[in-house]
Amino acid sequence: MSGGGAVLVLGGRSDIGLAVAHAFAARGHPVQLAARDPASLDPEKRDIELRHRVSVTLHEFDALAVETHEGFVGALPEIPAIAVCAVGLLGDDQADLEHDPAAARAVMRTNYEGPANVLGILANRFEARGSGTLIGISSVAGDRGRATNYIYGSAKAGFTAYLSGLRNRLAGKGVHVLTVLPGFVATKMTEGKDLSPRLTTDPVTLAEAVVRASDSGRNILYYKRIWALVMLVIRNIPEAVFKRTRI
Amino acid sequence: MKLAGWGRYPVADCRLRAPRDADAITAALADGPLIARGAGRAYGDSAMSAANTLEMRHFNRMLAFDPDTGRLEAEAGVLLADIIASFLPRGWFPAVTPGTKFVSLGGMIAADVHGKNHHRDGTFGNFVDWIDVMGAEGQVRRCSRGENPDLFAWTLGGMGLTGVILRAAIRLRPVESGWIRQETRPAPDLDAAMAAFEATGDRTYSVAWLDCLARGRALGRSLLMLGEHALRADLPATLWRDPFGPPATPRGRVPLDLPGITLNRYSVGLFNAVHYRLGARRAGPVFEHWDRFFYPLDGILGWNRIYGRRGFVQFQCALPEPQAHRGLEALLRTVSDAGQGSFLAVLKKFGAETGRFSFPMPGYTLSLDFPVSTRTLRLMDQLDQITLDHGGRFYLAKDARMSAATLHASDDRADAFARMRRQAGHAGGFASMQSERLGL
Repeated sequence: MSGGGAVLVLGGRSDIGLAVAHAFAARGHPVQLAARDPASLDPEKRDIELRHRVSVTLHEFDALAVETHEGFVGALPEIPAIAVCAVGLLGDDQADLEHDPAAARAVMRTNYEGPANVLGILANRFEARGSGTLIGISSVAGDRGRATNYIYGSAKAGFTAYLSGLRNRLAGKGVHVLTVLPGFVATKMTEGKDLSPRLTTDPVTLAEAVVRASDSGRNILYYKRIWALVMLVIRNIPEAVFKRTRI
Repeated sequence: MKLAGWGRYPVADCRLRAPRDADAITAALADGPLIARGAGRAYGDSAMSAANTLEMRHFNRMLAFDPDTGRLEAEAGVLLADIIASFLPRGWFPAVTPGTKFVSLGGMIAADVHGKNHHRDGTFGNFVDWIDVMGAEGQVRRCSRGENPDLFAWTLGGMGLTGVILRAAIRLRPVESGWIRQETRPAPDLDAAMAAFEATGDRTYSVAWLDCLARGRALGRSLLMLGEHALRADLPATLWRDPFGPPATPRGRVPLDLPGITLNRYSVGLFNAVHYRLGARRAGPVFEHWDRFFYPLDGILGWNRIYGRRGFVQFQCALPEPQAHRGLEALLRTVSDAGQGSFLAVLKKFGAETGRFSFPMPGYTLSLDFPVSTRTLRLMDQLDQITLDHGGRFYLAKDARMSAATLHASDDRADAFARMRRQAGHAGGFASMQSERLGL
């Protein structure tokens, strides 16, 4: 246990969000878990407090209710040292989303608008303070639009670009931005999907990697690491070829 | 998906789901008899069901801890490793621990595991205050020594066949440090090893590593390891600053399946002979880190892969006190004659019997590992027979291949257990490949 400032986890109910909360708590950071219906996270709060002897607070947060974000940040017991955004929504099958604009919009807004909006507000607070780390859990799906998940992927692409811009803006202002690009992760979101074990990690292992990357001031973390190579190849396939592939 | 126990034998295609709440388990009960699976550290098919296996990893929250009494309430999927990581720095250690920390709380209760202190403290069940068990109709019952005592008694050591263990309260033991005052005593033969156990009954922890390829007068040659939780006052000055020691860290990982031939009579024989001589030379007291003393193999992640792709089977029996000596002699001679050295051979003296269907009985327990082959499976049938001839019984958490006839001949409690399962309605809700194989 090293102690440290508070860590805010947005999307505190998600498997990745909770795992990241545990990983930071294990190093002595107090945790602020933010999600909808936060009272239902009481067992998680107690578990983290018991295991790691840090305090955990629960906060109502709705990523889509962007007009509430300013108030949400203002009501936090303290401005956290580190903020992690693990909000995300894969949505139904892409084929269904293609014919359901409302559901598609929810995927776009949940993966881009909400996360970007709240991190933007936090970025201003961090910048004014002159310190802090912002961590965005984006996705390799944002590296290139593919027929099978471009609605989700395009929103993640937006989020990745937003994080990159924040990092550029805040460099030299004491605020660090870490972009996390997980490949496959065995979570609620991917339950029942047939994922290659070689390319798949679990939330706990991913969370450990995120904390290490945060400590070392990394900018971009692909995880598993092999995804950096996989996406390098995928990004560089000429569009004329790519458009005919099914990957 | 393909599923196996820690021994990686047998392998079977199993429908595996990981429920996130009690409702999901209730729903799964509608699909026919199921078995709960914790960390998958039972060696054989105890936690496998082709039709309905439920992995309990999402039930992994700690619920409450009383720092005055050391009582912990937690969900069944919590790992022992996590309990130690959280509570050893606060001065608490599991009252009973098996030889790996990568087991789940529910699994420890279901197998009613024992440790190196069985002769003094009995099984894990002695330190369980209550258990919440979901029955075949989906109802959750709290059971303890005072409330639903029958269900409580049968669930300890019941191999998950009385219901799904959801939560439990256990008592930890206070310790002043994370260090073990360890003493190693070489024993040149079986007589000496057993005499050493008899002479050290007052020690908290005792276990012997045994060279099962030693023959003739050296039959039963072993290193007896004794341990006590070190008090602060015992510790050398270098350890004062951090009496609970560094956290457990793996020292390596077996990256791939080694060829099946890696462990043969010559390599194992050489290892054993060297290990014995080194151990005998280092005899005497040392301070050992808790992780190395209790879980030497946990330091090598995936050590089960050294046996190759075909996997391995473990033989573990208990022999009653009066016949233990002759029985052990016969077992060791048979193994040694077969030239099928076991890489890991462990001997331990048990204390009193506890629990209605728990494994330990007053006497000695011997455990041996063998890579799977037709020869070793035949050898194990011989070992079964020797155990039966000497009034012994078998550990279900290790078993992967025993016959129903052997189990029922070894232990008349097995019939009572199966009858209870039918009468209480558990049989319709819970079954594993092992329970079907063994007629439980």
